[in-house]
Amino acid sequence: MSGKAEILTTGPFATIQDLGRPGLAAVGVGRAGAADRGSLRLANRLVGNPEGHAALEVTLGGLRLRVSEHTTVAVTGAEVPVRAGRRAAAPNAPIALRPGEELTLGTADRGLRCYVAVRGGFDVRPVLGARSTDTMGRLGPAVLTPGMTLPIGDVAGPPPAVDLAPRGRLPDEPTLRVTPGPRLDWFTSAALSTLVSTPYTVTAELDRIGIRLAGTALTRARAGELAPEACVPGALQVPPSGVPILFLADHPVTGGYPVPAVVEEPDLDIAAQLRPGQRLRFTLA
Amino acid sequence: MTEVLRYGGSAALVETSDVLGFQAALELSPLVGVVELVPAAQTLLVRYDPSATSWDTLASSLRSVSSVDSSVASPATVTLPVRYDGSDLNLVAAASSLTAAEVVQRHSSVTYVAAFCGFAPGFAYLTGLDPALHLPRRPTPRTRVPSGAIAIAGAYTAVYPHPSPGGWHLLGHTMTPVWDTDRGQPNLLVPGTRVRFEVLQ
Repeated sequence: MSGKAEILTTGPFATIQDLGRPGLAAVGVGRAGAADRGSLRLANRLVGNPEGHAALEVTLGGLRLRVSEHTTVAVTGAEVPVRAGRRAAAPNAPIALRPGEELTLGTADRGLRCYVAVRGGFDVRPVLGARSTDTMGRLGPAVLTPGMTLPIGDVAGPPPAVDLAPRGRLPDEPTLRVTPGPRLDWFTSAALSTLVSTPYTVTAELDRIGIRLAGTALTRARAGELAPEACVPGALQVPPSGVPILFLADHPVTGGYPVPAVVEEPDLDIAAQLRPGQRLRFTLA
Repeated sequence: MTEVLRYGGSAALVETSDVLGFQAALELSPLVGVVELVPAAQTLLVRYDPSATSWDTLASSLRSVSSVDSSVASPATVTLPVRYDGSDLNLVAAASSLTAAEVVQRHSSVTYVAAFCGFAPGFAYLTGLDPALHLPRRPTPRTRVPSGAIAIAGAYTAVYPHPSPGGWHLLGHTMTPVWDTDRGQPNLLVPGTRVRFEVLQ
């Protein structure tokens, strides 16, 4: 253990996340883990951690924490103003903190989820092999609240050789690649062209489970109910309204609505940064 | 008849009449690149590593798989002692034109098979329920069903692993925990497990 971090404020919603619990879906446990896995990995690399160490996933910013010892932190993901003590600090770069110093995230002005990694990782008790809050399965560490103290681990690699990771800007209107299937045949022949030719809008009904979209409905060609079947992250599940829900990290393990297409896994990191009101498009992979 | 459907860039969905038998065949003779198998009601999700195999190779291998007897792969039988004191027992009896004692007798005289999990971690859908007890869910779900509740809905029976909302009909409860995250295998009722209910007086 290398000291601790005291959570002073959390913003609207913040959790501890790593790369989740792969391989347990057959017993009803989803993978969960960071919604934007690339940003989690980058944050860990910037502080010299293994990529799967536990970090903080902070929705819209607003988090403040105080560390007890000398340490290094990094902030990635949504574009957010960062302060280390009284100094302005850069995202996507290692930030040194002294004992008693605070890290402060302002409000994200682009993107939705920031990741805060600390050298050594947040060493909370793992559940089923992961330090990851699964909001659907109600597993893992508690959602962060002010006053919590998180132990910092001592397992890390050599200090990183880079001091800044340049990242492209998050797009205003991203295009997400989809693979058709498995249940495209439950829809009319126009459904796929509708999906890839009309824009959709992110609604306010958005969380770690998924994003409810607004836009042109896809028309079912087949009535009736689908027996529950396993889901994957990126599945576009179409409820009776006809407008897809895009499944993210904490999606249910099985679902009963047909899935006409699936967003490519690498594009889910971009999807996890979408904000309510933002437009997006789909294209064939 | 087996249908193999593409499910994104790293999974296949296999439609088969014998999900557990198909899964058992893949566990006995694993295919290159397959990383996870997830059974559901009429399908098996096969997740694969696209850097280790291609969709075309995997799909054609899956199309040539023949199911095997799933009891070979999962011989485990779990017996759960049940106190049949559920608050829907009389309602179920009335809806199925049986007495409460007959409902208990029919529910406890079957060896069920855990077919798949879903809804919540460790919530196993058990098949084999007497057709006389097939009822639609309650019109309004309860906001809280206690853990250990034994319930039925449609063609399935189940044990609630955690306190949760639920729309199934409650027949009784067991004190045996079916879910414990401190165990190596947290779920007592993994798919393929045979399950018996023993009546506690």
